[in-house]
Amino acid sequence: MKRFKYVTLLITSLLLVLTLAGCGSQPLSSQNVLENDKRTNTITWGVKADQKLIGLIDVKDGQEKGFEIDLAKAITKKVLGKNGKTKFVTVTSQSRIPLLKNGNIDAIIATMSILPDRKKVIDFSDSYFSAGQSILVKKDSSIKKVSDLNGKTVTSAVGANSVENIHKIAPKARVLQLPDFAQALSALKSGQGEAMTTDNVILAGLAVENPGYKLVGGAFTTEPYGIGINKGQGDFKKAINKGLKEVIADGTYNKLIMKWFGNVPGFNYKEVLRK
Amino acid sequence: MIKLLVDNWSAFISGFGWTVLSSLVALFFSLIIGSLFAILEVMPSKTARVIGNVYVEIFRNIPLLVITMFFYLVIPQYIVKINGFTAGTIGLTIYTSAFIAETVRSGINSVDIGQMEASRAQGMTFWQAMRYIVLPQAFKLVIPPLGNQFINLVKNSSVLAFVAGFDLMYQGNAIASTTFETVNTYIVVGLFYLVITLPISYYMQHLERKLA
Repeated sequence: MKRFKYVTLLITSLLLVLTLAGCGSQPLSSQNVLENDKRTNTITWGVKADQKLIGLIDVKDGQEKGFEIDLAKAITKKVLGKNGKTKFVTVTSQSRIPLLKNGNIDAIIATMSILPDRKKVIDFSDSYFSAGQSILVKKDSSIKKVSDLNGKTVTSAVGANSVENIHKIAPKARVLQLPDFAQALSALKSGQGEAMTTDNVILAGLAVENPGYKLVGGAFTTEPYGIGINKGQGDFKKAINKGLKEVIADGTYNKLIMKWFGNVPGFNYKEVLRK
Repeated sequence: MIKLLVDNWSAFISGFGWTVLSSLVALFFSLIIGSLFAILEVMPSKTARVIGNVYVEIFRNIPLLVITMFFYLVIPQYIVKINGFTAGTIGLTIYTSAFIAETVRSGINSVDIGQMEASRAQGMTFWQAMRYIVLPQAFKLVIPPLGNQFINLVKNSSVLAFVAGFDLMYQGNAIASTTFETVNTYIVVGLFYLVITLPISYYMQHLERKLA
């Protein structure tokens, strides 16, 4: 029994240390991000690496490419001046908020909707994209709209708010949460589910790459995307918002929308243009 | 942390249940399959030894996640539809059985060869000698490493989270991503795993003392 006591002691002290660590100050994330970035002339963005049209690492040259990447570069130039540099860190729906909280990234631009729950934990910039949730199915599927999902199995990615939306709109649907969207699509393709749900822009990217699959039912939610910024970084948030406004005002924003979403079949890019 | 536990109690408990169920099923079948392949590996027939070796070397050297993904994504496309929980448990069983086969084989090999020869001289068949003379001694010898395999199996069951198997880790991921209490959630998940693994650990120690 002596050994048991030691183990118990060890576990208790381990928990204590972890709890205390959580209470302590967070030196990295409490520093002024804007000042740091101006000094290093670099903004570190958390971006998606697996979403065509939005943020995708090109296998050929290892460069990030997509609408959000271009937008982040444009905003960085407005905030830091013409020579401002960008650094991209790959995040997932699950890891983006923890990475921002611990100071690994300065801002999140990774298909993140502005939600009240998230606002409790982090701050958001003004919306930079008006997205909405939709569903992706096989071309010959009997599912035509969201309510058809009742009694069916739907795949999605863990950490995405689309799961909660489905629970509300189609309470009888079974939701499988997979680690990321690529796996959610694989699961759909191998017949683990009858449909996949998430934001329409993400599904548009998947539909472009996977003939035989289509979007149905249109967008059934409105979920504006915002740039995630740590709490207490008022200066940085102001600078980002100002940069975003300038990017929209000088027409760069609409050019980027045309560049990435101009040729997606079934996706009305005019809805997301900004004036 | 208490609040997090109370708020998400039903999710944690259902995750805990699926993890325990998956672990028990995988433990039972991997012990049987592992022992069978261990015997194959020491049989006089060369074909049997080759079959045993190939099985062990293939599944011991492929990552668990790859085996599981194969059953989750590939098998349903071509053969039969299996859900995440089943795919995860099958992957877990096959992967662990390869390690158990190696463990049990080392046990059989460390039983003096004279035991088998004497049994055969008494007129026992190979299987009778295995069943009544060699295996009982072999299992006694390999209790500590077997215990390791069982504990690894329980921990490896977190692979179910990757195929939506509704286990502890899956629920943990879902809770962490909705409450944003990342640290606390995974501490609770870790404690739940301890609830399963510590008793196994102590039971194996107890068995070791009792049988040694």
